[in-house]
Amino acid sequence: MSTTPAAVQPVPRGGMARLVGRRLTDWIPAAVVLVATIGLWEGLIRAFDVQAFLLPKPSAIASTFWDTRSELWHAGWFTFQEALGGFVLGSGLAILLALVLARWRILGTAFMPYAIAANAIPIIAFAPITNTWFSPLDKSSKITIAAVLCFFPVLVNTLRGLTSVNPRALELMDSYAAGQFEIFRRVRIPTALPFIFTGLKVATVLAMIGAVVGEYFGGALNALGVLILSRARIFEFDEAWAGIFLACLLGIALYIAVAALERLTLRWVPSTSE
Amino acid sequence: MSVVEIKGVTKRFGETTAVQGIDLEIEEREFVSLIGPSGCGKSTLLRIIGDLIQPTSGSAVVNGKPARQARIDRDYGIVFQDAVLYDWRTVAKNIALPLELARWDRRRRSAKVREMLELVELTGFEHHHPWQLSGGMQQRVSIARALSFDPALLLMDEPFGALDEMTRERMNMELLRIWEASGSTVVFVTHSISEAVFLSTRVVVMSPRPGRISDVIAIDLPQPRTAATREEPRFFECVTKVREALHLGRDLDRPVEVTA
Repeated sequence: MSTTPAAVQPVPRGGMARLVGRRLTDWIPAAVVLVATIGLWEGLIRAFDVQAFLLPKPSAIASTFWDTRSELWHAGWFTFQEALGGFVLGSGLAILLALVLARWRILGTAFMPYAIAANAIPIIAFAPITNTWFSPLDKSSKITIAAVLCFFPVLVNTLRGLTSVNPRALELMDSYAAGQFEIFRRVRIPTALPFIFTGLKVATVLAMIGAVVGEYFGGALNALGVLILSRARIFEFDEAWAGIFLACLLGIALYIAVAALERLTLRWVPSTSE
Repeated sequence: MSVVEIKGVTKRFGETTAVQGIDLEIEEREFVSLIGPSGCGKSTLLRIIGDLIQPTSGSAVVNGKPARQARIDRDYGIVFQDAVLYDWRTVAKNIALPLELARWDRRRRSAKVREMLELVELTGFEHHHPWQLSGGMQQRVSIARALSFDPALLLMDEPFGALDEMTRERMNMELLRIWEASGSTVVFVTHSISEAVFLSTRVVVMSPRPGRISDVIAIDLPQPRTAATREEPRFFECVTKVREALHLGRDLDRPVEVTA
């Protein structure tokens, strides 16, 4: 029997290309779309003389962003901390609860219908309420909203991952007389990891939404949501847009951080990007 | 001493009786195949031996102790139709899994893994991931994993059922060599008559509804078996014997009626 590795695929290598998932040249089409969109936006506003309160020019937003960068950055950092806190708290609790529900399936069947029903609640509607639970100036009220928003997608995905194990893989662990702890550690959790990361990536976006929208209902003066709202009220739309732009950047940054962590953790997965 | 002792085993799943009144004794160093049509309970019987399923009545004794104790003592290794390798582990780490569970230290583990890789002729592939291997190679990893802790008994549930005929025949030769080298006893579930005859010292023929043993046929082909064994007249006699036992009670000799 042949033992030359020629017939099989090569072992994947690490490095930046692997982490990013593609070569730099693969990004060219996306970059072209970005530049074209901004160019078109700028061009159309100039051509049709659109009023700045409807939609400012990208160049105006960019220069305002630069001029007020220090103020924006402080507000952004404040809100980012709330989003991150909510993300960690909500996702962490969701993963813990999913582990419990997967371990004791009777609890899972008892609780899951309510978890799914609760998932349909527009949680953001509770933002004014959490502002009264804590002081609106306190980060805790926004962390709570962000955490609740993150909780359900992570819970549902994690639980699905933990329970979608190949039954043969469980029989195999049974044949070794492995206990529940070993089964979770060596089979269920590794199987669930891709599902968990899917949930976490959804949660990153929700965390940022939760924090910013939470601040619309009242928050500290140096918070990003408050800044966007107050600038829009006094017709400083360039700065409001710059704030929105920063909120986008922070949300994307959090997403990319989790996606990079996923790639590092799931290096064994046959690459889908190649 | 017999490695497997099944006495009066019946297993019901709700209304259906999967196997009924099974008596079977398997001696050390035997290679026993369980063969029969779908639904004859051969996989159920294999799982009862492995204590992955508990019989409704009757007893299963493995290595002189109740099947449950044998499972806890890790007296057997098991191989399924699909290799059931963990994608997140390399070949070497897949083979080492039962050794980790048995708390072997790292040095002993890696020495054993090297030995097993040699046994299944996969040296050089230790750092590959399962998806980088062909089906036959994956199944060899799975066999290496099952034998890594030197179990007295190897249970195999249609291990080569998903492979093409060429690979399957090559794996049959491999398995006989491994059986020879490891000194274990094998219980082998299969659909293939020629595979059962080629590999086994005894073939247990089962029939369905309810699953029971209809015949046990000793295969007296000389050991060790080689590619030439498949061409000996005696091989075809044994194949015919098993086929007739399988078809006993079923009127297959009647010509097929063609209705217009």
